[in-house]
Amino acid sequence: MFTTKSGEKIFVIDGHTHLWDGSPANQRNIHGKQFIDCFYDYHHLGPDSYIWPKEKFERYTEEDYVKDVFEEGYADVAIFNPQYLGDFYHDGFSNLKRNEAFRQQHPDRIIANGFWDPRNGENGLEVFENDAKAYNWKGVKLYTAEWHGDSKGWKLTDPWAYRYFEKCQELGIKNIHVHKGPTIRPLNKDAFDVEDVDDAATTFTDLNFIVEHVGLPRLEDFCYIAAQEPNVYAGLAVVTALIHRRPHYFGEILGELLFWLGPDRILYGSDYGIWSPKWIVEEFMNFELPDDVAAETGKSLTLEVRRKIMGENAARLYDIDIADRRKKLGLSLPAKAEATAAMV
Amino acid sequence: MDRDTRTQEVWSALGTVTDPEIDESVTSLDFVTSAQIQPGNKVRIEFRLPTYWCAPNFAFLMASDMRDAVTELPWVEKVTVELLDHFSANLINRGVALKQDFRDAFPGETDDDLSAIRLKFLGKAFERRQELLIRHLLANGRDPAWITAVSLRELMSLPLEAEGVRLRNLYVFSRRRNHCGEEGFAFTTVDGSPLDSSGFRTYLRKVTGVRRNAEYNGFICRGLLAARNAALSS
Repeated sequence: MFTTKSGEKIFVIDGHTHLWDGSPANQRNIHGKQFIDCFYDYHHLGPDSYIWPKEKFERYTEEDYVKDVFEEGYADVAIFNPQYLGDFYHDGFSNLKRNEAFRQQHPDRIIANGFWDPRNGENGLEVFENDAKAYNWKGVKLYTAEWHGDSKGWKLTDPWAYRYFEKCQELGIKNIHVHKGPTIRPLNKDAFDVEDVDDAATTFTDLNFIVEHVGLPRLEDFCYIAAQEPNVYAGLAVVTALIHRRPHYFGEILGELLFWLGPDRILYGSDYGIWSPKWIVEEFMNFELPDDVAAETGKSLTLEVRRKIMGENAARLYDIDIADRRKKLGLSLPAKAEATAAMV
Repeated sequence: MDRDTRTQEVWSALGTVTDPEIDESVTSLDFVTSAQIQPGNKVRIEFRLPTYWCAPNFAFLMASDMRDAVTELPWVEKVTVELLDHFSANLINRGVALKQDFRDAFPGETDDDLSAIRLKFLGKAFERRQELLIRHLLANGRDPAWITAVSLRELMSLPLEAEGVRLRNLYVFSRRRNHCGEEGFAFTTVDGSPLDSSGFRTYLRKVTGVRRNAEYNGFICRGLLAARNAALSS
């Protein structure tokens, strides 16, 4: 819960968080080391005062998560969007069992999504169905840049991916978080292409496609697709981190999203542990669109728009009744979060 | 020619090579970590990208462009380009050394070379530079009707202050590389079609998007490379 200067309470759902283990003990090979090292470089795009020691960054604990995300990071509810990366890490980068154990400790606060990989074929489909039922998944995270044996990535339009989407429909898993990172294949093509989202979203109109990192650096392609497909959403993870060092630029991106998608299809996410949500939420709640962006797009960040981005949109996708959830959490809301929030 | 002058020439040659995505030179982005002249006028260039995962096709383009730019110096006998700390470094370095086509350097991964993607990003650079110049002209009192109608000749003879001259040079250079002709309208789409003033705002919004993406890449890449280099040197 974030409290504005005027005393308005904003219900916060952090749409993109992780618990990971990138520590040397879990690294399978050089790629595992390079992967977490690259994340740690991203970590340095945040404020200097929030830089963690490398050891904490490689493997932070459940207690760190509670403190950083719930107590200091203003989140009422947070979503896990796991990355498996089995080719790089012995026990996976994210571990579904660890996520689920944590969720059971905080059932009203954590939504633990799953994942699937179409390259696992028929077998994987069965594993996915069993996991989805056991964990009661409401969403999945798809990481198309994941390596898998000789394959260095996949596309949402691969025939087997369609089989998995059909399985999602059957199981009632309607939230598909897609990470559009640099995929390697096909090698001669643009590695950041977002066109496959268009095809998948058109084919599966009853699934919601939340494109994490809003397709950057292909923002215009993403906006073009999202403007036409009402079931495509913008996930702000990574984008929000720009707010600290490049506020005007952050404003330009947000202005474009508000212009093309409107305020109902933008979801806040911190991408914790890459960055601590505390500074992101505080800077975002104090942020106004720059004058030139406001003039060009005709948009502004009203309180209503902020409420939607920070929690209401995600609540709608995940069937969370905010009033009801507030009541449930009210008593257990850490006093510290309230106190910190009141000071801002 | 003394060693310092030759070293200077190598760096200048490397300065003409751009990262296709960011549309800035590999030297101003600090990708090149060393350029050494060895006995027999052999040149050895090492470079590091912001991440271990950077797209191998762009890495391959930059490495071969560096090789070609330095090879053009008349005194150079041999050029070695080595990409450091990258998951495909071996294949890329080998392919560039053997002057292989991309599809031969990565056998079985693609049956196409990189000419299509190179053209695509030359077009993006054109649009990005054009947008910066157009915005500069708009801010200095020109209107869409003027911009869509002005000829290249008039644009070239237009008195501009230093920043305007810089942006014009960048744009005109890119315009030439995209073969938009030396006559006719100064501002066209990348395919050479004229702009019309009624669709001008929409067009400008589109090319602004292209610039924005390049700017995002520039910011992220610089930040990641700085963090990566700091970690490697500590």
